[in-house]
Amino acid sequence: MNNNFSIIGKPTAMIDAAEKTTGAGKYTDDLSVPGMLAGKILHSPYPHARIKRIDTSRAEKLEGVVAVVVGKDAPNPYGILPVGHDEHALAFDKVRYVGDNVACVVAVSEAIAEKAMELVDVEYEVLPAYFDPEESMKAQSDLIHDNKPGNLEKDYHHAFGDPDKGFAEAVHVAEARFIANEVTHAAMEPHSTLASFELDPHTGKLGRLTVWSSTQVPYYLQHKLSLVLEMPMSQIRVIKPLVGGGFGGKSEVIPLEIIAAVAARKAQAPVKITYTREEVFWAHRGRPRTIIDLKTGIKSDGRITSVKARVVQDGGAYCSYGVVTILYSGALLGALYDIPNIQYDGYRVLTNKPACGAMRGHGTVNVRFAFESQLDELAAKAGIDSAEIRQRNLLMPPCITVNGLRVQSYGLPECIEKTVERSGWKRRKGKLPKGRGLGIACSHYVSGAANSIIRSDMPHSTVNIKIDRDGGVVVYTGASEIGQGSDTMTAQVAAEMLGCSLSRVRVIAADTDLTPIDIGSYSSRVTFMAGNATLRAAEDVKKRIAAAAAKKMNCPAEELVFRDDLVFKKGSVPPVVKKDQAEEVEVTQAGASVSGRVEGQILRGSLQQKRKDEGPKEWMTFEEAVVAAIDFHGALTGTGSYAPPQEARGGKHKGAGVGPSPAYSYSAQVAEVSLDEETGEVTVHKVWAAHDCGRALNPVSVEGQIIGSVWMGMGQALTEEMVWKDGMLMNPGMLEYRSPSSVESPEIEPIIVESIDPEGPFGAKECSEGSLAATIPAIANAIYDAVGVRLHESPFTPERVLAALRAKNNSKRLNLTEGVDPTAPARFREHGGSLCFKGKGPERHALDPARREAPAAARGAD
Amino acid sequence: MVAARSSPLEAGIVKKELIELKINGRAHELAVEPSALLLDVLRQDLSLTGSKRGCDESSCGACTVLVDGVAMMSCTLLAASCQEQDITTVEGVSEHGSLAAIQKAYGDWGGAQCGFCTPGFMMTVKSLLAENPNPSEAEVRSALSGNLCRCTGYSQMYEAIKSAIEAERQGLAAAK
Repeated sequence: MNNNFSIIGKPTAMIDAAEKTTGAGKYTDDLSVPGMLAGKILHSPYPHARIKRIDTSRAEKLEGVVAVVVGKDAPNPYGILPVGHDEHALAFDKVRYVGDNVACVVAVSEAIAEKAMELVDVEYEVLPAYFDPEESMKAQSDLIHDNKPGNLEKDYHHAFGDPDKGFAEAVHVAEARFIANEVTHAAMEPHSTLASFELDPHTGKLGRLTVWSSTQVPYYLQHKLSLVLEMPMSQIRVIKPLVGGGFGGKSEVIPLEIIAAVAARKAQAPVKITYTREEVFWAHRGRPRTIIDLKTGIKSDGRITSVKARVVQDGGAYCSYGVVTILYSGALLGALYDIPNIQYDGYRVLTNKPACGAMRGHGTVNVRFAFESQLDELAAKAGIDSAEIRQRNLLMPPCITVNGLRVQSYGLPECIEKTVERSGWKRRKGKLPKGRGLGIACSHYVSGAANSIIRSDMPHSTVNIKIDRDGGVVVYTGASEIGQGSDTMTAQVAAEMLGCSLSRVRVIAADTDLTPIDIGSYSSRVTFMAGNATLRAAEDVKKRIAAAAAKKMNCPAEELVFRDDLVFKKGSVPPVVKKDQAEEVEVTQAGASVSGRVEGQILRGSLQQKRKDEGPKEWMTFEEAVVAAIDFHGALTGTGSYAPPQEARGGKHKGAGVGPSPAYSYSAQVAEVSLDEETGEVTVHKVWAAHDCGRALNPVSVEGQIIGSVWMGMGQALTEEMVWKDGMLMNPGMLEYRSPSSVESPEIEPIIVESIDPEGPFGAKECSEGSLAATIPAIANAIYDAVGVRLHESPFTPERVLAALRAKNNSKRLNLTEGVDPTAPARFREHGGSLCFKGKGPERHALDPARREAPAAARGAD
Repeated sequence: MVAARSSPLEAGIVKKELIELKINGRAHELAVEPSALLLDVLRQDLSLTGSKRGCDESSCGACTVLVDGVAMMSCTLLAASCQEQDITTVEGVSEHGSLAAIQKAYGDWGGAQCGFCTPGFMMTVKSLLAENPNPSEAEVRSALSGNLCRCTGYSQMYEAIKSAIEAERQGLAAAK
């Protein structure tokens, strides 16, 4: 259904596409300002150590070094969550992971800064370190943070319904441990920040600060900078240039953003810091490795009676988004299927590894892998088709789930139907040759969190619109374009509502001095929330134009239609619609002549006079209507805000704030894989992915987001994995991390399902994250279909697949996995499982623990 | 502190040398360290920031430029070694003040999302099509495999390349 829109629903090139394809667009690292210095960060070589002494004098003596910044230069703690202010710009007393930030050298060039880093003398007292979350929870001494006993960041224990009674009613019950290893965003653009102070004309001292940064959350950055620098937010301007991908990795304040500002203050000059690719891996904030103990019960007809999940997340050394992540893992057990009883025990554990944070599908992905795999297992037990069992557990919206989530639009049934149909599921499932299989899985995600991380009644998005006399529309939005199409969506929504062409609309985004507050690009909130705010701002300004135009046209404002750069009376024939009709040509020409001469005519007032002489007309051009409105009201502006409705904000229990959303997106996927039983290599041939995005405002972008999510899910399923050894990351590079290339990437068929959400802008919901989680279990289930092994540990690397096949055939166990059968993993292994990595690892600092004598925690090494 | 500063030369920073580079048809005389990488010279000395640094080790392809028509990664290429060669960067791809067919097609088909890897892809595709004007999908996949993208899953790029080839063909036909 394409309800006769003129802008939305049509495949549209992103409004910033040319900037990107020509290289003209500026990302943070492309910027420079006069007198700019380079900053380089000295990182900790130890996973856990007390800093006894830092001597920067040798480094400061090097010609070209301007300043060396250390922890005491900015003692105020910060963190993205108000409950997790546990980070400092630079290590204050302790370092807590290999790569923690110790000092920052500011120099006239990166080369000199790098030289100077070798001259910073740091004396460490090495402490015992914790790498395994379950071991870490038993810690009695040498806690990672003194105020977190048992190294437990946070635990939650939820019971909804009566889980035990639910299991008593079940006919089939499955219970197993799943392990998902750690993945990271690896956005193509390494983080970069440029910070510059102005001198204050009144005090003569450093005054306002401007920060350009690769961020998804400019307003949170402004807030955290104000905490650390002890400056009012109004004195800090954050500008987000183009951002080269985020996926959550730039959705919180990353250490270099704070360090650059502190360094600029100390050096009294503009400072730019850009991470190397290796530093990006250390900064991390990705998806934590997770242990999921899952139990599910179903009746003989396949209806789920109860779910019990115990989730342990290896959160790394700082809180980051951790409290939210562990809550999402539990909360989004609901809102996909109708589950009457849920028990959830979640533990977010601190370890001496880089902090984990939010990553695409935040909190839901690993649990979804476990759940959808187990549901498949239960379907097989009960003799029900895997697609069918999902159809038997659908919600009946509108409804509130047992854990308090409000569900309205619900395209999941259609998603399942369409993927089953397109993939030839009924015809082909179970009938493919040996070694080839099909698997199905579903997932969902929030269209923005209903509760902001900083609790307040403030709107989550606000948008201002200004329209100039020639009909140029400028939209001011705090929403952050990070490649997902935020600016294009904003322009489309404004143009559709105002009935003007897309080329009239210019978007000014994410500059805290110019744009009204928006809490950022995370939790897939932009289309729904900033889109709604844009819609309301456009409505607001349109009302004024309509009032003035109605006066000119001598009719009630409600009777006016705005479309195709014209304003006309409802029911009258729109003068320019079909270009091939003869009569239209005349009108088009008339319209063109008006716009061509409009400025001069307006200045002379002759156009208005001419119109007056001719009497009221059936239509006006958009420019004429705008001129009328400006003459009538003065400056033509409009504003609109969005705050999620109270009903969508969830229940009352502790932790109920995370999970609720005004709307959920839905996805169903079928994956077709083949498997080489000799090498254990899995090949994904095709994925059919149906995604309910409410309404596709820009189908090219929606398909791009679906494909991108599925592709990233496939990466996590098959190859991507952060390999740890003694808290050291063994593969901090794009190739070693094994981000799939074009050769390894399957065909992905995106299928758009539109459920038209009652509260979304034109019915739209999110499309950028919800599809990721289904891909991993769809592939796992396809592997089972192909060779009959159920992998409970991701990624499904050749060595894990081989180990599982050998265990199944009772043949000799594989050394590569230390004898562990990945269909029944018990705990994380050092080296994670990508044991083909036998190298000594990247070249490192002289104090690298790999070279150390054997202090502290030498356990677990092999 | 002022008195006892050690000089950068002592710290191993080397004196600069004059080199001449021909970039996008224009000659530039530059003073660079012998160890200067082509990517740094492009980005820092010439402000040609279209070529991106996505890694430091030729693993991501975001810095791809054409050196005498061959796609090469400028992050591991010494600037001094590229003298007397024709270097084309992404800034030299658009033609006569308008987008090249491949640039237009990447926009239309969603081949670029965040756009950070896009300049590299532009150069790789340009060199592919110069060598093989009508590549099969397998040939396209193989040619693109040295450039990484984290947004698109590559699929929409294949459509864009197909459409650019078609647009070029029609453009040539119209010109005849």
